[in-house]
Amino acid sequence: MKLSEKLALLADAAKYDASCSSSGGQKRDARASGGIGSNEGMGICHAYAPDGRCISLLKILLTNFCIYDCAYCINRRSSNVRRARFTVEEVVQLTMDFYRRNYIEGLFLSSGIIRSSDYTMEMLVEVARRLRQEERFGGYIHLKTIPDASPELLAAAGRWADRLSINVEMPTEGGLKALAPEKDQRDIRQAMGRMRLNIEEAKAEKKAPRFAPAGQSTQMIVGADDASDRDVLTTSGNLYSNYRLKRVYFSAFSPIPDASKALPLRPPPLVREHRLYQADWLMRFYGFDVAEIAPPDASGMLDLDIDPKLAWALRHREQFPVDLNTAPRETLLRVPGLGVTTVKKLLAMRRHRRVRYDDLVKLRVPMRKVAPFVATLDHRPHAEGETRALRAAASEPSRQADLFGH
Amino acid sequence: MRLVRLADGADLAEWRGHARALLAEGVAPEQVQWQVGEQAGLLPANADGPMPSMAAGVAGSVPREFLVLATRVLAHADARRHAVLYRLLWRLAHGERALLRIVTDDDVAWALRAAKAVSREKHKMKAFVRFREVQGAQGNVFVAWFEPEHDVLPQVAPFFVRRFAGMRWSILTPTRSAHWDGQALTLGAGARRTDAPGADALEDLWRTYFANIFNPARLKVDAMVKEMPVRYWKNLPEATLIPGLIRDASARMESMVQAPPTVPRKAFPAPAARAVPAATGGLDVLRVEAAACRACPLWQPATQTVFGEGPADARVVLLGEQPGDQEDLAGRPFVGPSGQLLDRALKELGLDRRAMYVTNTVKHFKFEPRGKRRLHARANATEQAACRRWLEAELIRLRPRWIVCLGAMAAQAILGKDVRLLEERGRWHALGDGTQALATVHPSYLLRLTAGEREVAWPAFVRDLALLQRALAA
Repeated sequence: MKLSEKLALLADAAKYDASCSSSGGQKRDARASGGIGSNEGMGICHAYAPDGRCISLLKILLTNFCIYDCAYCINRRSSNVRRARFTVEEVVQLTMDFYRRNYIEGLFLSSGIIRSSDYTMEMLVEVARRLRQEERFGGYIHLKTIPDASPELLAAAGRWADRLSINVEMPTEGGLKALAPEKDQRDIRQAMGRMRLNIEEAKAEKKAPRFAPAGQSTQMIVGADDASDRDVLTTSGNLYSNYRLKRVYFSAFSPIPDASKALPLRPPPLVREHRLYQADWLMRFYGFDVAEIAPPDASGMLDLDIDPKLAWALRHREQFPVDLNTAPRETLLRVPGLGVTTVKKLLAMRRHRRVRYDDLVKLRVPMRKVAPFVATLDHRPHAEGETRALRAAASEPSRQADLFGH
Repeated sequence: MRLVRLADGADLAEWRGHARALLAEGVAPEQVQWQVGEQAGLLPANADGPMPSMAAGVAGSVPREFLVLATRVLAHADARRHAVLYRLLWRLAHGERALLRIVTDDDVAWALRAAKAVSREKHKMKAFVRFREVQGAQGNVFVAWFEPEHDVLPQVAPFFVRRFAGMRWSILTPTRSAHWDGQALTLGAGARRTDAPGADALEDLWRTYFANIFNPARLKVDAMVKEMPVRYWKNLPEATLIPGLIRDASARMESMVQAPPTVPRKAFPAPAARAVPAATGGLDVLRVEAAACRACPLWQPATQTVFGEGPADARVVLLGEQPGDQEDLAGRPFVGPSGQLLDRALKELGLDRRAMYVTNTVKHFKFEPRGKRRLHARANATEQAACRRWLEAELIRLRPRWIVCLGAMAAQAILGKDVRLLEERGRWHALGDGTQALATVHPSYLLRLTAGEREVAWPAFVRDLALLQRALAA
């Protein structure tokens, strides 16, 4: 099979992994090595595909042969998809060729599982080792890790890669049992636990060998089973605190060629994924917890029409208006339409003078959304704005930008 | 009116020299006109008069932050940038010390927006430069043609040096060029598009990748265009594919949705089933069974059951309360801070932990999440009761001669609900079946004490454990 055919098949097979992040990790500068490749901590998106996703890494599978039969996966063993397999040499060469032309930040290598977990993991590790040792490659490497691979292989993977990840696949154990009966949630959690121990050990001791300095991440598929948004957010909150993950990616289930009968035909609205990322953001950077964001009703689903912070604010009208001249940071962060950066600017400014309505205009905050919830020196919202009217006024035009996806 | 001619409109040092001089002379912003031009470049930098040496005194007090801002703003294409910056400098030096905090001030807002546009252009240049390889006399060279909206090449070129130190490259733009020969970076004059190579053999592979990493089932053209504005497309080899990918997306998605399920043509072998130890009724089997325990809700947020470990013929059982954060991750008892303290005490007494069976009263970690931390929480009576059968099963199989209970929960599990740890600690209790039990504090109790309190509590803890040492020696 020609290289371009392999690339077509094995990129196509890799696109269901949402992560393309190349942030964090060890700083590297090619002037020190005389080689190629640097890492300055902030990832770069080198292109965008019409699906709105950033292309930062060469994201491919080593092979799409697989002994597992996970219903949501295009590569499951019962699928009739065409199979291909890269050699280690081909992946190394392709990575270097693309990198030299500034197409990519590095490599995200994953694989179907062939023969055994260790056999597959060994090949992934070998690609990373060759890039680092033989090509003196200083760019980003993200390796997908196989939960039950041996500790030695895990250590080697962590030594060469910036980031490692294991996918939890589904938000709930029930979902995993139903769609990936050969996988075990316990194996996945144990592997993530081991990974956190390794990462922390390497960080704590200067002399310890390097281990995935950009941390670990994971992904779950949303909309392939009946897990609610509350289930999804509860699981992601648990994963962040248990395993100190850098990111939990949500991948809206999307139809695949040659799909299994176990799957829904239609994908969930893409805006659901967007709302989940917004909610995730609120939990990580705005001090909200799951119980506040996931609505108290039985469905456990986020509102698709308005963002979760606005939805929360409308449920808690008694906590508004917030006085922008006196409220503490954590309260300002809860105002719909005010982000971390704007809040920082407001705090810096109000030490020197009082905040006025016009300042908000000049800060270019979404006024229709913010104004009903804040008081300034010269502005107080009308005492009783109709919640319904507020909702309508503040609804964004349904832009489906994947703002937080990468 | 003062006319200042700048040779290089983006050069901080040049602008700063003039600005300092003007400020020192007391020339107000509205009296200065700034110009960038070819002729200006031919004049010496101080053409408009000698630079007063007192300048440093006034300008020296300018916040560093202003210089960072000015560096960015100077690269902006807007001709007003020099005047706005000088006005900011003037105001900073004339009583408005906190001016840069007032981000809604018109001058500050203008400068911040300009700086942001420049930062964005720098970032996009790092992203969208595409090198093409050409054969050169001294080996291959990588050449890129790029058309930045602002004058960012001098600021971005060092990034490409850090990244591509090991190859020779040139970046050509209409107004400047940058060259790296493997040793030194040179900035030169502008170039024309035709000076750069027209193609590269790798671009077909790159387009293959671009087309196939795209998911037609989730078309979000606006999101793409927002991050990759159309004005960059003409120099991106992959961009030629975009219209076709968008056009065909919905048909491709429909055909996936409409396609009937297929029958697998080829059967791959399934993964080997997990090895389960033979049903000997031993500790190994117990461990596997306990791993699947759901008798109480503690399993749900936890990583795993933390079962006991040690030789099946151990004569001593060390019994703790519950696993903690580290134990939950490692799947082994007493490996965290408490475990290290326990190990230290055993070592002081010359006792070998490996000869003992170490376990906990409750086998799952219970915690309250607090941001990224997990705070230890005590298992309640129901959870303790649900877990009791595992401890009992362990003890039946081990039939230990001695049990050391670490902490109240362990003591109550062995000596009875009403036992008061502080009264009963430090002596052996006969359990009737020939087993002797000893209770002492849990090492985590010692971790919570102040250094002063620990000076008393630590020897007492070691003293209690010394009873085990004596029993083993007898």
